[in-house]
Amino acid sequence: MRELKITPIKNGTVIDHISNGLALEVLRILGVQTIDKDSTVSVALHVRSGKLGWKDIVKVENMELSPRKSNAIALIAPTATISIIRDFKVREKRPVDLPERIVGVLRCPNPNCITNQPEPVESEFEVTQRRPTVLTCAYCDREVEDFLHHLA
Amino acid sequence: MTLRGRDLISVRDLSREEIEELLASARKMIPYAEGTKAMHPLANKIVAMAFFEPSTRTRLSFESAVERLGGTCVTIADASVTSMRKGESLHDTIRMLSSYADAIVIRHPSEGSARLAARASDRPVVNAGDGAGQHPTQTLLDLATMHEAFGTLSGLKVVLLGDLKFGRTVHSLAQALALFGCEVVLSSPPSLALPDQARRRLRQSGARVTDEEDVRRAMKDADVLYVTRIQKERFGDLAEYEKVAGSYRIDAALLQDAKPRLIVMHPLPRAGEIAPDVDGTPHAAYFRQSFLAVPVRMALLDAILGGPRRGAG
Repeated sequence: MRELKITPIKNGTVIDHISNGLALEVLRILGVQTIDKDSTVSVALHVRSGKLGWKDIVKVENMELSPRKSNAIALIAPTATISIIRDFKVREKRPVDLPERIVGVLRCPNPNCITNQPEPVESEFEVTQRRPTVLTCAYCDREVEDFLHHLA
Repeated sequence: MTLRGRDLISVRDLSREEIEELLASARKMIPYAEGTKAMHPLANKIVAMAFFEPSTRTRLSFESAVERLGGTCVTIADASVTSMRKGESLHDTIRMLSSYADAIVIRHPSEGSARLAARASDRPVVNAGDGAGQHPTQTLLDLATMHEAFGTLSGLKVVLLGDLKFGRTVHSLAQALALFGCEVVLSSPPSLALPDQARRRLRQSGARVTDEEDVRRAMKDADVLYVTRIQKERFGDLAEYEKVAGSYRIDAALLQDAKPRLIVMHPLPRAGEIAPDVDGTPHAAYFRQSFLAVPVRMALLDAILGGPRRGAG
């Protein structure tokens, strides 16, 4: 019999197929401290997966992802899928999707970039290559590949 | 030309055709830049020179270009006397300037500042150097110098020599050369080699790129030797600097092996990379290159801002 490792949630979001070991980074993006105090957050690390071998899963009750958070997850966990749960049923399931432009999610790795100065401006990157993803700063033209270390 | 009202932040904002049109227009501007003819397409236009770091030749050649076209300038030549010292952001300073002028020319020490300025301003913005980033009008005048010497850019063999890592002029120049099907030879000490990102982009744009550390071998069959300044402050060890700088010094004796028509270029100011004995040889093109800054910047400002011709003749 399959063992149920995470209890079902009534309403919320399930982020599945996260590359093994990245669940805590996903939690950081979600900003768990901002989640409603009566909601449950479940994290499964190192779960067997047919597709990935091993994967992580994050379930958050009573929260739906903002586009900005969804973009950030797409960057660090491009294999992830997002399921929206309403009344215990999966109402929507989609792979994370990387838009053409990523605004406000990452810091530019160039310390001398104007977006790292005290200016009223958000960082902005263009997706200049997919698989593997390469982003280019829309301001200073610097490329970034190591997204994990540059999350804003 | 479709440049009217547009920003110029990076040379990649221009197509090959647009660059060719600008170069053709710059050639026609030469007598106007010399002052032997007069035209006033920028009459009643004000161009703001927003220079947030020291610059002499870039600022003066832009101011001269505006004046030769019949326009006037308002200038910030020293950021320490502006409200930025009181903590005003670049964004707000540019926003303010754009309500005083018809176009803004900006130089700023931070990369990406010109892009930010373009977004803050509802007037066209021209990048005159953003930190180690782009300097598109320098690239245009470099191309103009080569075009004047050879009548074409296609198929030229261009050696980029010296500091290819930090020298901001070479990255955008290399990109533009790729656009014209030039053969690019990169000649630098390993510690100052072209960064991977720039190299990858060059290859992606179909450029023929080779590396040759030895200056003599790099120069073989070359049409253009583009020399950049090797900056002392990039080296922790002064002895290492002396060694590197010494092996990339161009003098008249070295040029005896070069093609007779080879031109030597340098964005100036030079600091010993080119010996004074080169100045008197037919190879020296760097002073012509610095003169062409004016007609090239005139062509650009005219394309972006110019009205109907008045007083031309």
